[in-house]
Amino acid sequence: MAKSIDVSDLDIYYGDFLAVQGVTMSIKARAVTALIGPSGCGKSTFLRSLNRMHEVIPGARAEGKVMVDGQDLYDADVDPVAVRREIGMVFQRPNPFPTMSIYENVLAGKRLNATRLKKSDADDLVEKSLRGANLWSEVKDRLGKPGMGLSGGQQQRLCIARAIAVEPQVLLMDEPCSALDPISTAAIEDLIHELKSDYTIVIVTHNMQQAARVSDDTGFFNLKATGEPGHLVEFNPTKKMFTNPDNEATESYISGRFG
Amino acid sequence: MTNLSTAPTSSDMAPLQSGHLPRFAPLAVGVLAVAVGVLVGGMALGGGVAGALVLGWLTMIVVLPLWSRVVEGGRKAKDRLVTVGVWSTFGLAMIPLVSLTWTVVSKGYGALTPTFFQNSMQGVLGSGGGIYHALMGTLIVTAVATLISVPIGVLTAVYLVEYGNKNLFSRVITFLVDVMTGIPSIVAGLFAYALFQIFFGPGVKMGFAGSVALSVLMIPTVVRSSEEMLKLVPTDLREAAYALGVPKWRTVVKVVLPTAVAGIVTGVTLAIARVAGETAPLLLTAGLTTSLNFNPFEGRMTTLPVFIYSSIQAPGLYVDEMTSMAWGAALVLVVIVMLLNILARVVGSVFAPKSGR
Repeated sequence: MAKSIDVSDLDIYYGDFLAVQGVTMSIKARAVTALIGPSGCGKSTFLRSLNRMHEVIPGARAEGKVMVDGQDLYDADVDPVAVRREIGMVFQRPNPFPTMSIYENVLAGKRLNATRLKKSDADDLVEKSLRGANLWSEVKDRLGKPGMGLSGGQQQRLCIARAIAVEPQVLLMDEPCSALDPISTAAIEDLIHELKSDYTIVIVTHNMQQAARVSDDTGFFNLKATGEPGHLVEFNPTKKMFTNPDNEATESYISGRFG
Repeated sequence: MTNLSTAPTSSDMAPLQSGHLPRFAPLAVGVLAVAVGVLVGGMALGGGVAGALVLGWLTMIVVLPLWSRVVEGGRKAKDRLVTVGVWSTFGLAMIPLVSLTWTVVSKGYGALTPTFFQNSMQGVLGSGGGIYHALMGTLIVTAVATLISVPIGVLTAVYLVEYGNKNLFSRVITFLVDVMTGIPSIVAGLFAYALFQIFFGPGVKMGFAGSVALSVLMIPTVVRSSEEMLKLVPTDLREAAYALGVPKWRTVVKVVLPTAVAGIVTGVTLAIARVAGETAPLLLTAGLTTSLNFNPFEGRMTTLPVFIYSSIQAPGLYVDEMTSMAWGAALVLVVIVMLLNILARVVGSVFAPKSGR
């Protein structure tokens, strides 16, 4: 499991509007890569382009190369659905399926794809995924209850369990803690630390301390100017980024002297 | 330079207390209004019931706000005025509803006997007949119309919301559906009549033709309500499914439709309730008969509305009996529509996503 991702010269468009320009970075396997930057600079757009989720928005497209395990995600013959089975995603707002129980939510990736599982295998997968998401002990007695009945932090961990139940190579997280309280955030950060040994993780965050705490590498995105496309300003190991960044803009952003 | 400061200028705060009308004020004015209406409007001026109502209402809407203005000030007085206005319109809206229900129940109740539900009108002159044939006709014709309309309507809505992307084709469909919502039911009946004439020759009457006419009326309602329900499904859920590597069609079938099913079923049930009472198109297509017919593809089929129409329109020699049966059938029809509405609510709450709390 776990693959590295090599992005080279990626341009992302919404219709004619160039949203993100010329991103080149290599995301290491079994490591956490954080993407930081001001709102509207294209971090989330870039993240969504890594599993071709941005194409869900009409008119959105990307040019350039995203190589995962020697395959270009943007090759003409690539099926976006197949890409998303390998590269999972956790969203900003917890979004468990409201019609399903906790148990069914975890199995959603399998059930929705009509994969047949034996009852015992399904039970094992649910337990494994929920344990992986640090949620098992809290919900093991009420697996049949609706997923919407959990607290926000629990719902988000349920979504992580759902994402890892399909055993992806890479896990993308789009501000997974921004709707959560500090305790739930800590639970998810611990979880990210544990998941790191098995998955390649890319996380978008507005919280600089969070980036410093959880990530191995950090990418700083910024707009060149208002109305210009976003671009990758600096990509370095997190330690270097937060102590001795190469770029002046990065330093001002990280130290809070932005603008 | 202009003073742009928004800081408070005076140190004195406005008083937070003001006068209040007693809690029984609206009731007291109401009693006064009734008294004034009856004594002055009804008796002194000789206006009868109408005079009493008008004068009573005028008293209410003038006295209460005025009293409030003196004691409580202008803002509260406006509130009282509007409150009286809102209650009055509510009362006005209730009058026809209550009156209709009362008329149907009181006139139709007497006709409801066991034989009324067991017999058809075949060979019946005077008493002893029933609406069994019309009841079955209504159920069959509406059920077949539902079978035609629901798949077409729901799938059209799925296309419009999930696949149309507001392209030219989907905008044309939306426009046509809107136009279809407004077509008079007799036109739908003529359409079905003309259509079946092509295949079965002139003067053809069958239950299925009635179902086709009703489905022409039902489809736009189903499309519209399903479309609104599908639009309410959050994009987050679709993206969550896509992110798990689920293809689009499976996302629609397994995530979007189950999430919206409560609303869709409610919309469908209300559409059924609406067409169950149609008369004109069925008169043209399904025709009229006194005997029982279970086959929608062969022969005439009476439905409740058509039965009511013909009983009043052409009662023959037994006017009293037929009129009473018409009221009985009307009561049954109203009860069916009410049951469908209750069913819609129950189904809506059963299918609604649960929070588990």
